[in-house]
Amino acid sequence: MKPNSTKTLVGSSAARREDPRLLSGRGRFVDDMHAPGMLHAVFVRSAHAHARLIGIDSAEAQQMPGVAAVFTAEDLRLGPIVAGLDRPAKEWAETAMPILASGKVRFVGEPIAVVVASDPYAAEDAAEQVDVSYDPLDPVLGDDQALSAGAPVVHEEAPQNTLVDVSLFATEGIDRILDEAHTVVEVDLRTGRQNALPLETRGALAQWDDRSEQMVVHTCTQTPHQVRTVAAESLGLLERQVRIVVPDMGGGFGQKCVVSREEIATAAAALRLRKPVKWIEDRREALTAAFLARQQHYTARAAFSSDGEFLALDVDVICDMGAYSVYPFTAGIEPLMASAEMPGVYRLGAYRVRGRAVTTNKAPTAPYRGVSRPQYVLLLEHIMERAAAELGMTSVDIRRRNLITEFPYKSVNNITYDPGSYLESLELCEKLVQERGWPQMQQKAAEEGRRIGIGYSCFSERTGYGTGAFAQRKMKAVPGFDLAEARMDFTGAVTITSATINHGQSHETTMSQIAADVLGVELSAVRLEQGDTERVPYGWGTFASRSIVVGGSAVRNAASRLKEKMLALGAHLLEAEADQVEMHHGGVRVLGEPERSVSHTEIATVAYLQAQRLPEGMPPGLSESDSFDVFNDGTFSNATHAALVEVHEGTGQPEILSFLCVEDCGVAINPQVVEGQARGGIAQGIAGALFEEIEYDAAGHPLAGSFMDYRTPTAQEIPDIEIHHLETPCLFNETGAKGAGEGGTIGAPAAVVNAINDACRGTGAEFSHVPITSRDIHAALFAATTTSKLQEA
Amino acid sequence: MSENKQLLTLQVNGEDHEVICDPRMTLVDVLRHELFLTGTHVGCEHGVCGACTVLVDDKPARACLIFAAQAEGRVIRTVESLGTPEELNDLQEEFSRHHGLQCGFCTPGMLMLAEGFLAEEPNPSREQVRECISANLCRCTGYQTIVDAVECTSKRRQSADCSGCSFAAAVPQNKEENQA
Repeated sequence: MKPNSTKTLVGSSAARREDPRLLSGRGRFVDDMHAPGMLHAVFVRSAHAHARLIGIDSAEAQQMPGVAAVFTAEDLRLGPIVAGLDRPAKEWAETAMPILASGKVRFVGEPIAVVVASDPYAAEDAAEQVDVSYDPLDPVLGDDQALSAGAPVVHEEAPQNTLVDVSLFATEGIDRILDEAHTVVEVDLRTGRQNALPLETRGALAQWDDRSEQMVVHTCTQTPHQVRTVAAESLGLLERQVRIVVPDMGGGFGQKCVVSREEIATAAAALRLRKPVKWIEDRREALTAAFLARQQHYTARAAFSSDGEFLALDVDVICDMGAYSVYPFTAGIEPLMASAEMPGVYRLGAYRVRGRAVTTNKAPTAPYRGVSRPQYVLLLEHIMERAAAELGMTSVDIRRRNLITEFPYKSVNNITYDPGSYLESLELCEKLVQERGWPQMQQKAAEEGRRIGIGYSCFSERTGYGTGAFAQRKMKAVPGFDLAEARMDFTGAVTITSATINHGQSHETTMSQIAADVLGVELSAVRLEQGDTERVPYGWGTFASRSIVVGGSAVRNAASRLKEKMLALGAHLLEAEADQVEMHHGGVRVLGEPERSVSHTEIATVAYLQAQRLPEGMPPGLSESDSFDVFNDGTFSNATHAALVEVHEGTGQPEILSFLCVEDCGVAINPQVVEGQARGGIAQGIAGALFEEIEYDAAGHPLAGSFMDYRTPTAQEIPDIEIHHLETPCLFNETGAKGAGEGGTIGAPAAVVNAINDACRGTGAEFSHVPITSRDIHAALFAATTTSKLQEA
Repeated sequence: MSENKQLLTLQVNGEDHEVICDPRMTLVDVLRHELFLTGTHVGCEHGVCGACTVLVDDKPARACLIFAAQAEGRVIRTVESLGTPEELNDLQEEFSRHHGLQCGFCTPGMLMLAEGFLAEEPNPSREQVRECISANLCRCTGYQTIVDAVECTSKRRQSADCSGCSFAAAVPQNKEENQA
């Protein structure tokens, strides 16, 4: 006890509550769970990218040792997953994702049947014996092909293979500005298809419980309440008949924030067999058939004045969303994010955008950390570099010329930006670049005939999207608010609940820090309850860097209500007026008379065990609920990244020598956790810039089925990252915290690409795609050298 | 199926366990689903990610690439042989102190990899630590804090000063806050 302590837990790098169990092998992940009589599910998956299903013969498989059942779509008759947008037909085509394929398959790896057996080995053996007959169709494999006349059709409901087509923000006079501008930069930029790649693959354990009349599904999801809704609809159950429980989860990064058809099929099998059924995705399935992301194609024109003012931006963005629209976000997730947020941190005079989602015969797209922002930031930052080169400005000067500096700022995209440190972060980053001697290193390398480049990236990230901001996307299921509870037991220990899902973000620590400060208790006295739809009030889960801004604020509100009740009860017990007491560490005391105090446990004892002592009208117990939502445009975290990259000419190998990050996520509840989020995010951004891509052959077969082919970076490829903090607090929540989950991933690709282009400056080699592989660099430098030699000759 | 089953005796964390299983069952599946030692995780089943790393005769090994039958007569150690939640060992403490884990899924494999490495190379350079850690995948941390944790553990075990590390100063204060 530290009765006179005024130090707050918020703002301190308190040690993580999660660590002891995770470090000692006592975490509990889905595949760690066993149920008596448990069976194992394995999916039979499509071998074709696009084909009619002619027949499924499972007779042989059903006879194999240990096999309990083989189910197809026809056997289970489950409702499909349908995600909707409230948009007119010219902007939106609604399609359904069946739980198991029926009639037709639309990507390699699509689930067709589920085999249930006594152990996973037997289930895999039997799945291999299920004989599926196909009538192959020509696949659609890219945005150009999808939109071309006479292309094969993925969904009958979308004859042009276009699920979303929106044109927004056409500023009047934009064509004239583009026609008359001093400098117009034209860019054609593509980003590779990626896998969010949580190290724990997806999985579920489903069992019917007769006592509670419930289908209980332990599953890896970032959005348990949304899975409950879809599972109930699909299985034909009441919502109260479905309980979703999320145990420890080995990462998600967005891939687990949409409803998986496999988790519903597993529940259906368990319901049918009335036995526990577990499904654990293997890595090959995770790479080929889990949700993917990020494949986008931008064509853009950007106008600048002679002194570098960013006058206009005209963009067409096409997102290759793969075979299906996902719940609850729909296939609009990437194009709507890109279109709405595009101008980013820059003052922009005129803006026009067309955003499209095309459907192709590839695994479908889910949100992945950053959603579209790594891509459009790459576009904007590439535009800045091109304009700077044409206008003879430095990278820093052109950004300084255009960054938003006065807040609140209403942008051309109709979004009002709350205060941030856009210019301050750039200037601190530039100072650090100078202090670390990067320009001298670049100079020295040039003298030695080596190529080193410096790349900057400025960005902001809207976090704390509430119902208001999501409603503008026009999703039929509108995310935004969160509910929370705070209760104290009679020993003075506190339980808080949140419908967000911790899967690495340290919520058990950070949300407890928030509640402990409000209630005047030790961090160790607070426990966060998450991930059980039976025990946690409704909420929207974890995505879009919303957990601490929205979920954390709901926890704070609930804890504040509990505090109010404890103050009222404490005042009553102290025979003082309610406005004469204060919460202090460990109890309630009279203002100015610290010796007149009553401890938490004394208050709780009255609330539970001696209710006759409660003031008249006060209900017993110490349990309060509250909610939080955001009805303005949310809050913007921001950062500047800088990368120092050497390009090895002989091999084309890019090597990141140093990486700087100056970030501002408002008040950091736990600075060490914020740094962890930034570092991990930057590593994933680097992965997307240089290494990872899901590629397909001409028949639509994915080329990466293992970690041997999907090159995710190791400790050898990710450098040490230097992080600095600025603090511009969020103004509309009590904690002042902005979101910190995604920023690293958003800024890193642009910084790395700009550094590579800087290293190649003067050679004619310039890259406007990711990932940039060493083969790309080698080929470009070779071509550039050859061209210049030919010209000399 | 049953006529193929075999009886194995596996020595895990200092105890002998008798297991009846199919010959094709991997060591990691036996550890997790027969012995219920679920601290060892499965990330890829093809020996790349290293989430399943355990010590076999003191050396880090991929438990997904070994049949349980091959491990008979060997000394196997899993994460459960390190400290408990109440009393973490020094390596586990350094992982926590440096925020060397987020979701915790790769962590047991990283810990066993580092234990095996430090036993062989008690005083490694930072570059050697980085090279060792590059054997396993982590999707959350960006690796830097894992390297920090292993480096500091080696210094602690050498009784050397690790005051240079970024979070050294914060430790006692954090511990007090958590335990008070």
